[in-house]
Amino acid sequence: MKKIVVLAKQVPDTANVTGDAMKADGTVNRAALPAIFNPEDLNALEMALMIKDKIGGEVIVISMGPPKAVEILKHSLYMGADRVMLITDRKFAAADTLATSYVLAEAIKNIGNVDLVLAGRQAIDGDTAQVGPQVADKIGYNQVTYVSKLKEFTDDYLIVERDGEVQTEVIKTAYPVLLTVTAEANTPRYPNCRKMLQYFRVDLKDNFSEDELSVAKENDWIIPTCTIDDLGLEEDRCGLKGSPTKVHKIKSIMLKGGDLKMYGTEATDIRQLVRDIMKDYVEVN
Amino acid sequence: MKSVVFIEKNPLSNQLRNVSLELTHKAYTLSNPLGGEVVGIFTGDSLPENCDELFQFGMSRLLYFTDERLAHLHSIAYKHILETMINSESPDIVLFGATHTGRDVAPLIASSLKTGMTADCTQLYIDDYKDKGKILYQMRPAFGGNILATIITPDHRPMMATVREGVMLLPDERLNFPVKTEVFPIDFNELWIKSEFLEIVPKVKKVDFNSANIVVSGGAGVGSEENFRLIRELARALGGEVGASRAAVDFGFVEKDHQVGQTGSVVRPKLYIACGISGQIQHRAGMEESQKIIAINKDPDAPIFNIAHMGIVGDLNEIIPVMLRYLKEEG
Ligand SMILES: Cc1cc2nc3c(=O)[nH]c(=O)nc-3n(C[C@H](O)[C@H](O)[C@H](O)COP(=O)(O)OP(=O)(O)OC[C@H]3O[C@@H](n4cnc5c(N)ncnc54)[C@H](O)[C@@H]3O)c2cc1C
Repeated sequence: MKKIVVLAKQVPDTANVTGDAMKADGTVNRAALPAIFNPEDLNALEMALMIKDKIGGEVIVISMGPPKAVEILKHSLYMGADRVMLITDRKFAAADTLATSYVLAEAIKNIGNVDLVLAGRQAIDGDTAQVGPQVADKIGYNQVTYVSKLKEFTDDYLIVERDGEVQTEVIKTAYPVLLTVTAEANTPRYPNCRKMLQYFRVDLKDNFSEDELSVAKENDWIIPTCTIDDLGLEEDRCGLKGSPTKVHKIKSIMLKGGDLKMYGTEATDIRQLVRDIMKDYVEVN
Repeated sequence: MKSVVFIEKNPLSNQLRNVSLELTHKAYTLSNPLGGEVVGIFTGDSLPENCDELFQFGMSRLLYFTDERLAHLHSIAYKHILETMINSESPDIVLFGATHTGRDVAPLIASSLKTGMTADCTQLYIDDYKDKGKILYQMRPAFGGNILATIITPDHRPMMATVREGVMLLPDERLNFPVKTEVFPIDFNELWIKSEFLEIVPKVKKVDFNSANIVVSGGAGVGSEENFRLIRELARALGGEVGASRAAVDFGFVEKDHQVGQTGSVVRPKLYIACGISGQIQHRAGMEESQKIIAINKDPDAPIFNIAHMGIVGDLNEIIPVMLRYLKEEG
């Protein structure tokens, strides 16, 4: 029976910047992007569920974010997570990786006796890959990053493959440990129909009306939330205040127009292109 | 403005990784004008064979601690050792390569030092900031490459950043600093070794962008694995390397090693030929610094034409065979 915590983040879908999300000046309107489950966090959740399926355990998904992030927690339940928790507080806004990892680490300590923490390698909105290791540091666990395959696992150890750029490293580690998981590691499962029915009504407390609340409580439909006070956090280490890095300036990227020389598609045009390439670039031996 | 640079070697060759030289030079350009030095820090089983080269790019001293047990990336051990070295120097700036080693260890150290770190910077420079004096400005793409953010760490030291290999350029001229390597004493703790490395399997590396003057890349527009032969042939005829967009990799036209872009390699050849590639921001992040870009695309409005220097609007399956024919004739 392993206690497994998965760290998950809701992110704007930066991959699919459609026309709707473009502003008139050609830059991206970030607010208009759809919010999705960070892709590699799904791989982390899948890995947790695989372990649970085979050796048993409890899979707890936690996310720090605004109330809207409850969407990915519901999705986690549909996939098979046992418990979810939203860590949310206005004062978390503008947290960098140091402040975020502080909050997540405290939440993990609060859950207690966690054997395994799984996180996606990186989130697609920031691509920093820092939160996983920074959580590992704060909870004092061993870490393996860039896990591209779960090879073997028992109650006592895990054997994983790590993508070391020029080499694949086969690593054995005992618990407790934190792994950051890449997209290559597995294919996340689809939500399960039975689970979707079972968790059809779950939501944050604030999303139920007064009348519904007692029924919701009775049926365990309320997704727990945690604030700074609930976790007993130091406010100075959260959000903007707890973030040593500040965003000084943001520039939307626009295409730069270069001098463009166009060639036609007639054979003679292509010959000219080839000559121009050869003249400048092909090394003569 | 003192800088510390993390030095690493290619585990398969015992040579320095290029990024270590690139960052040494970058640190030198940041620190030297303000009278600061550049100190390297290294840990592993043995020093890289060619670590003398660091001193040609502006390093003053290289601190190192070697031990057989450190042949592999034992994150916790690396963290303790490197952090001790950093603390002993009290630098203003700490740079790590954004390699799978740097991105593993550097965040542990930033967490432990409770300081700020900016990943995958594409530009670093020093400037004044309010009443704080000179600080490091760190520019990086974010939001899937749709924005360029300038990040600062105004109140904490050191200011930490990672940079990917190939992003900072090496100068042509060499400095002639004396080689100074110093053993750094560490009270090594066996408990820092927490993982067991059972096996190291070298990846068969088929792609070498570093020494290629020309890169010929194919995208989704190539259409099939079969058609991708044209890209390979054009690359071969020009003595270049084969690149690809992520879409081409995802469709299985070509192996992932060839991917250029934000999540692939950053390339900077003399000539980059983009065939059937639309030129999405994530792809451009890996190639727009190429000296010359040629785009072959059947859509005249494809964004790739906005950064290309030469272009043909048409079907690559018709154009490339003609190019190959003329290359044979003219060559
Ligand atoms: C987090 C993240 C990271 C990413 N990292 C990368 C990365 O590292 N590298 C990368 O490349 N992408 C990356 N992407 C994906 C990127 O957003 C694009 O989806 C991808 O680059 C598109 O590839 P493409 O240009 O080949 O395909 P498309 O955008 O589909 O373009 C195909 C082009 O081919 C042209 N074409 C079609 N048929 C022909 C023909 N017969 N002859 C000539 N032209 C033709 C079309 O006009 C079109 O312009 C990333 C995305 C995300 C979200």
